[in-house]
Amino acid sequence: MTLSSPVIVVIEDDPAIRLFLRTSLGAHGFKVFEADRGQQGIIEAGIRKPDLIILDLGLPDMEGVDVIKAIREWSVVPIIILSARSTEQHKIDALDAGADDYLTKPFGLGELLARIRVELRHSVSSPTQDQKGIFTTGMLKVDLLSRQVFVGDKEVHLTPIQYRLFSVLVKNAGKVLTHQYLLKEAWGPSYKDNSHYLRIYMSQLRHKLEEDPTQPQYLLTESGVGYRLKV
Amino acid sequence: MNNERPDPDQLLARVERDKVKAQRGRLKIFFGAVAGVGKTYAMLQAAKERRAENIDIIIGLVETHGRKETAALIDGLEVLSPKLIEYRGTTMREFDLDAALKRKPSIILVDELAHTNAQGCRHPKRWQDIEELLDAGIDVYTALNVQHLESLNDDIGQISGVRVWETVPDTVFDQANEIELVDLPPDELLNRLRDGKVYLPQQAQEAIKNFFRKGNLIALRELALRQTANRVDAQMLDYREDNAIREVWQVNERIMVCIGPNALSERLVRAGKRFANSLRAEWLVVYVETPELQRLSAEKRDGVLRILRLAEQLGAETVTLNAPDISSAIIKFSNERNVTKIVMGKPTRRGWKRLLLGSVVDVLISDAHNINLYLLGSPRHEKGSIVDKADTSLYRRNPLPGLSRKLALRKKNRSIGYVWALAVTVASTLLAYLMFGRFELANMIMVFLLGVVFIATRFGRGPSIFASFLGAAIFDFLFVKPYLSFTVADSQYLVTLLAMLIVGVLISNLMANVRSQAKVAGHRERRATVLYAMSKDLTASQSEDEIVRTAVRHLNSEFGSCNVILFPDPDGRIVYPKAPGLRESLHAADLSVAQWVFDHNEIAGQGTNTLPGAEAIYFPLSNKETVMGVLVLLPVNLRRIFLPEQQKLLETFLGQIAQAVMRVRLAEQARTTQVSMEAERLRNSLLSSISHDLRTPLATIVGSASALVEDENALRVEDRLELSRAIYDEAQRMSSLVNNILDMARLDAGTIELNKQWYPVEEIIGSVSTRLQKRFEGRRLSVDLPEGTPMIFVDTVMIEQVLINLLENSLRYTPDKSPVEIIAEVSAFAVKVSVADHGPGIPKGLENQLFEKFYRVRHEAAQSGVGLGLAICRAIIEAHGGKIQAQNRPEGGAIFSFVIPLDQAQPVLGPEE
Repeated sequence: MTLSSPVIVVIEDDPAIRLFLRTSLGAHGFKVFEADRGQQGIIEAGIRKPDLIILDLGLPDMEGVDVIKAIREWSVVPIIILSARSTEQHKIDALDAGADDYLTKPFGLGELLARIRVELRHSVSSPTQDQKGIFTTGMLKVDLLSRQVFVGDKEVHLTPIQYRLFSVLVKNAGKVLTHQYLLKEAWGPSYKDNSHYLRIYMSQLRHKLEEDPTQPQYLLTESGVGYRLKV
Repeated sequence: MNNERPDPDQLLARVERDKVKAQRGRLKIFFGAVAGVGKTYAMLQAAKERRAENIDIIIGLVETHGRKETAALIDGLEVLSPKLIEYRGTTMREFDLDAALKRKPSIILVDELAHTNAQGCRHPKRWQDIEELLDAGIDVYTALNVQHLESLNDDIGQISGVRVWETVPDTVFDQANEIELVDLPPDELLNRLRDGKVYLPQQAQEAIKNFFRKGNLIALRELALRQTANRVDAQMLDYREDNAIREVWQVNERIMVCIGPNALSERLVRAGKRFANSLRAEWLVVYVETPELQRLSAEKRDGVLRILRLAEQLGAETVTLNAPDISSAIIKFSNERNVTKIVMGKPTRRGWKRLLLGSVVDVLISDAHNINLYLLGSPRHEKGSIVDKADTSLYRRNPLPGLSRKLALRKKNRSIGYVWALAVTVASTLLAYLMFGRFELANMIMVFLLGVVFIATRFGRGPSIFASFLGAAIFDFLFVKPYLSFTVADSQYLVTLLAMLIVGVLISNLMANVRSQAKVAGHRERRATVLYAMSKDLTASQSEDEIVRTAVRHLNSEFGSCNVILFPDPDGRIVYPKAPGLRESLHAADLSVAQWVFDHNEIAGQGTNTLPGAEAIYFPLSNKETVMGVLVLLPVNLRRIFLPEQQKLLETFLGQIAQAVMRVRLAEQARTTQVSMEAERLRNSLLSSISHDLRTPLATIVGSASALVEDENALRVEDRLELSRAIYDEAQRMSSLVNNILDMARLDAGTIELNKQWYPVEEIIGSVSTRLQKRFEGRRLSVDLPEGTPMIFVDTVMIEQVLINLLENSLRYTPDKSPVEIIAEVSAFAVKVSVADHGPGIPKGLENQLFEKFYRVRHEAAQSGVGLGLAICRAIIEAHGGKIQAQNRPEGGAIFSFVIPLDQAQPVLGPEE
């Protein structure tokens, strides 16, 4: 372990999962601190100055959402939540409260590492977005300064709202964005009940940017939660 | 027959009686010959003694009539405050039944059993109040004078010349548990009367003093003593029955009293009652209604009805038979019911009329061999049709409010008949006049007879008899020598005239009978049709609501009354129906009356003995013993409901409705049982499936993990990797299995709330194909989605689950590398999404079973899941109001499709700014 190795605080009450996270993340060069209660987790998050927090939503002493809110009062450290299945609303609540991404139990190490990488990259700066404000992923290229979007070499024309929506996704590339968040960012706070707007525009974007909209490569749906631009 | 064995029927009856007795309160009657013998005093003294024994005894109502000795006894006893009822300006003190029921003491004192309650009380009579107290398990002490006993009422009236209207049915007296005779010799009573110790109402002093003659007092005392002795006798018999003391066993006697529309009937019923009592026999009162009797005036028929009700009150079973011939109906019925004795009135026809027309009694004497006949003569002054008297006396004692309302008479119709009779006779005369001289007189008579027949067919007996007489007179006057005179010269014409008259009258009678029989047949047919129509509709009714609607409509059309059927809630409280009412529904039913009817399984309301002040009539809707609900009927006319044939019809209606309700409830019960059995079966197969499907991967996981744990460096790196991968794969399998089970459990429990929103079909397919990308490596997943497919209003997480399950199903059951297609089709009302594969297809006939829980095509296939995937799909799609099905494709392979209805308008998108 080197000095520069990233610090991760794991807040999780199940010792078996803590063990799995500690050993596997440790083996991948992370420095792991553990907490089995929400309160203790908040303290750990304060004193360890973590680069990332992994938080289980089902804690015995307090609601996961409250832990997120408490941490968000003084820190923008990326938070990845772990949740059980079929609790979409909990995930959405946690994401809206300030969590950055989620994983559904059971999950594999590969998935977890991918998410951690995305979050760590974001918290520094986006390497996919170079100095001139150009963002690229696969065949997609976006010039955030001149507001131009290319698929391959071909420029694609987007309507103002389509572009606004797309740019929100680009700025948070790799992260899951809830319906609420996207609506608020692209349309403004008064549109938060019109989630079908979002779906229709996402569909339009897919038709313009994806090769096959029914098997999307970039604009991925997080079922029941939101969307994610794949990097 | 073995004489040693007690009759099982009788024993059974005893057991029933004892059972009822045990739950019911005990009734003790302080019985006296006349007022003033000290019944109330004795009763209060008994109460004092009970009180001293620490028994919870209270006074419900006692009249001390200002006597100090009596009033002194009340001290120290709890007295229920009376119910005050305003009636025509005066305030009446009445016994408060509800307060007593609420207080529920072990014993309650209620004086004057024969008292008639003021209007506004629940029951018209106090003995009915007491019955209810007994039903509630409260013991009652009460007092009664012998003259108030229903069956003795007549005799005492005749002895003393004073008749009382307040009577108590003998059944109440007979069913009392204890009778205590309070006796006082007449001389002492007269002394007390002189000393002013006997209370007499002011207004009737003289009349009552007349009543207190020594002769009267002796007679009354004798009656009271005898009545008590009879009871002791009966108790003795009971005792003997209990202890199987033989000798007195007798064949069960059954007495039948036949009544008709005359005043003798009332006496017959009373006599029958006494007769039945003395023989300890069952008794029936039968009224045979012939077509002729059906033509009686409404008042007379009401008189018969009242007598039948009186008989019921005296404990008889009453039957109305419809038959053309009285004697044969009686014989048939008595044979059916094993009647041993018949009580009836002496024949009223006498002399030649009896010889010529016969009498019921004569026919019975000659034809009913095994039956003893008892004939009751009528007192001279009551001879003939004396329904008027019966009307007044019976009406007062058995009030049937509303029944006395007179119907519009059909006199007008009748007078038209006479006008016609006149006209037809005049026409016959004209015709005969034209024939005069050219034809024989006999032929001319035929013309007149023809006229009579015509009148008889059209207008009945009266006008046609009128026409016969008129015809005979005119014939004699005009065509028989000497002309224009009523004298008859040739005596042979006398015979002609007489024959003409007799033939005329006979024809009239015959035709009239035919007419009324046709009418009766018509009535019957109509009733049968009405019943058939209702039972047909009831059979077709599938739910309680539907039955009620059908019943309400039919009852309304038959009885012309608004009505409603009320059912109890789960706590047994009658509540108003939740379903909206029909045009025919009654909206003002009194729930408290309905509750009473429901609790007691007895009819109440207008025209009955319970709460006659209520506007509607309340019938219990019961199936044998269980009361299911209450029918409330607002009568437009009581006659339409209480006439025997109508009552029978209504009873049949009620029976059918009750049966239909029962049928639906049983079916419902059977369904629930079926469902719970199904659930049980599912639980069992779930257990067996889970135990198999969870254990298999667990075995691999435990085995591989233990190999890794216990490895002491013996394993090669590849082996370790292999074992780890096995653990990983099996854990994944278990994970999806557990997910399925949890999904199914949540769907089954119905706890899932659909979070429906508008989603493009394309997005759902896209999301699913992303999620299954890894599983489809090496396979082609093609999507056929038409341009402009509309959005669907669904819970996307659920619908994605359906698609994933269908796709995984295809992966599982088709060979590797074979392609899978997702096809969407759009119609005006629905979107259909199909998953088609190129596998072996579905075995024939299993297309529907696939969607059953725990169903698997290849049962022991190691790689399959629990068989819940498709069941989950079906549950989800059905929750969305759609359909799911499986088929084989003609070109090979299976196709699973689900349909999501488009039953809402697509959302509109505002224009982009």
